[in-house]
Amino acid sequence: MAAGSKITYQEINASPGFYLGLGIAGLVALTGLAAAYFMESNGHHVTGMNNQIVWGAPHVFAIFLIVAASGALNVASIGSVFGRTAYKPLARLSGLLAIALLVGGLAVLVLDLGRPDRLIVAMTKYNFKSIFAWNIFLYSGFIAVAGVYLWMMLERRMNKYSGAVGLVAFVWRLCLTTGTGLIFGFLVARQAYDAAVFAPLFIALSFALGLAVFLLVLAATCALDNRPLGDDIVRKLGRLLGVFVAALLYFVAVQHLTNIYATEHHGVERFILLEGGVITALFWIGQIILGGLLPLVLLFHPALNKARSNLYLAAALVVLGGLAQLYVIIIGGQAFPLVLFPGMEEKSSFFDGVVSTYSPSFPEIALGLGGIAIAGLIVIVGLKVLRFLPASLQGERR
Amino acid sequence: MSDNDNIARRKILGGIAGMAGVSLASGVTLFSFAGAKEPGDAVTSKVRWGMLIDAGKCADGCDACVTACFKENGIGSTGRPESDPQWIRKVEVRDPKSGATKSLPVMCQHCAEPPCVDVCPTGASFKREDGIVLVDKHTCIGCRYCIMACPYKARSFVHEEITDQKTHAPRGKGTVEGCTLCVHRIDAGGTPACVEACNDTSGGAMLFGNLNDPMSEISKRVAKYNTRQIRADLRLDPGIRYRGL
Repeated sequence: MAAGSKITYQEINASPGFYLGLGIAGLVALTGLAAAYFMESNGHHVTGMNNQIVWGAPHVFAIFLIVAASGALNVASIGSVFGRTAYKPLARLSGLLAIALLVGGLAVLVLDLGRPDRLIVAMTKYNFKSIFAWNIFLYSGFIAVAGVYLWMMLERRMNKYSGAVGLVAFVWRLCLTTGTGLIFGFLVARQAYDAAVFAPLFIALSFALGLAVFLLVLAATCALDNRPLGDDIVRKLGRLLGVFVAALLYFVAVQHLTNIYATEHHGVERFILLEGGVITALFWIGQIILGGLLPLVLLFHPALNKARSNLYLAAALVVLGGLAQLYVIIIGGQAFPLVLFPGMEEKSSFFDGVVSTYSPSFPEIALGLGGIAIAGLIVIVGLKVLRFLPASLQGERR
Repeated sequence: MSDNDNIARRKILGGIAGMAGVSLASGVTLFSFAGAKEPGDAVTSKVRWGMLIDAGKCADGCDACVTACFKENGIGSTGRPESDPQWIRKVEVRDPKSGATKSLPVMCQHCAEPPCVDVCPTGASFKREDGIVLVDKHTCIGCRYCIMACPYKARSFVHEEITDQKTHAPRGKGTVEGCTLCVHRIDAGGTPACVEACNDTSGGAMLFGNLNDPMSEISKRVAKYNTRQIRADLRLDPGIRYRGL
């Protein structure tokens, strides 16, 4: 606590870097909005999605952002809930980033709806058996809880409550990611889903993605705003990221091993792990090697993890690996055909029994990147108007 | 206010349906069912509409049911088969060991425990008391979660603007749709278009009726013969049953 009160927080400067960031994010966000308008006015046939693959690239980006949002809040939790004082100076940025990422993700999700104009229906009519309906509460509640948490941290006389609110926020974020994972876990129809492991898998994914995004945003902000960033804190975050990546790989192993053990799931596992073409490549090269094993080497190898650039590279690889993983889960899970008659071969004019192909269209990717840009805009503007980041993160205990 | 409007609208619609019922009753009484509701009556769970499809009578290559459904409900092709909606399709099932094949129509199975209804965030996907599973076109937001959840691939998303809609089968870009069991015909005492076409022109492989009425032909046959539900392991209790699979 005493250490926290000594920290001087400062808004970022109106440097060329600030305007450049604002300009790029604004442009990408506008392109995303234009893409959404194009998709809505023409109908979804202008996208790569169809009646075989109904969730596409927008969902990969949206779920990436939502999952990363809950993970980004962990840095604050580690400080105030688990009492690690070294992380306390980072708590405010953690809260801001969490809200920004979630808003970006929800924007993508909503703008991809067939009828985004009916958002008010989604806000007023609820089917409480639907995990989607729960998620509407979990997501809006998360923004509220993270907002209050930020207030407790920013307002000096409220600081004493930040621990309690932080605990609520931590529990809430665990529920939120559980809800996101169970979007797939509760789908009994499809071979690739229908498994409880999706809840902890998504939590592990959120820990890794959230921290990786946080580390990159922190590094970029400090570099552009000329703020000192000590080796100590970066190395701490790097080690933690390594632990999270290892946990994620563990849950991925459990997910696939349980499926491989059950004969009825051999078909879908053969598809994802061996014969799925792009999906298989994304799984092994994108998710496992580049997104998992290589970051582990960079983060834990005693010679390699001394260079800060390697830690940042690891974080960037974790982000790419997370995108690959969500692509494999979302697209791969739909591409594998539904099994209507187990043990039989099926054929129809509606592509029964056929592996579906999907190539994301430009508007879909533009919308997804637009969501990232919206999150970026919120972070940049937030950092400019309020004191989210310490003037120096050089570290005191040397 | 809106309740009053709804009641007024319901009265008008009831009147129209009543007139349609009378004109139908004077002409075609062939397709009226025990359990078919009177126009204006509420739908009740005393009725469970269902279908029995005899795969032994369903000819390979015949798609009379599909053609009739598409005509009845105004479903056309855009030349983009992957995004075109299909409310009903003929599925060819082949046993890889013996090589034996069967051909049968698959549409919304009108489950007693429909996963599409469970997952729908707004309640747009709903089941009527008489077992018919429908989409409320006014509250569907187009999230497609029901398509993800349906084990039968029975739902379609409308990917583009639709022209030439039928007034009895409203459809809309950006919403999800599927077989309605020709609810507009059933409520007027008729049978689904697919069943009618199959009886008229083909092998009479499809039988429609009230599964809750032990005296109905469908109930008698379900009691007598070995019938199956697709993916019965999921325990969704579909209203569509198959014989000879």
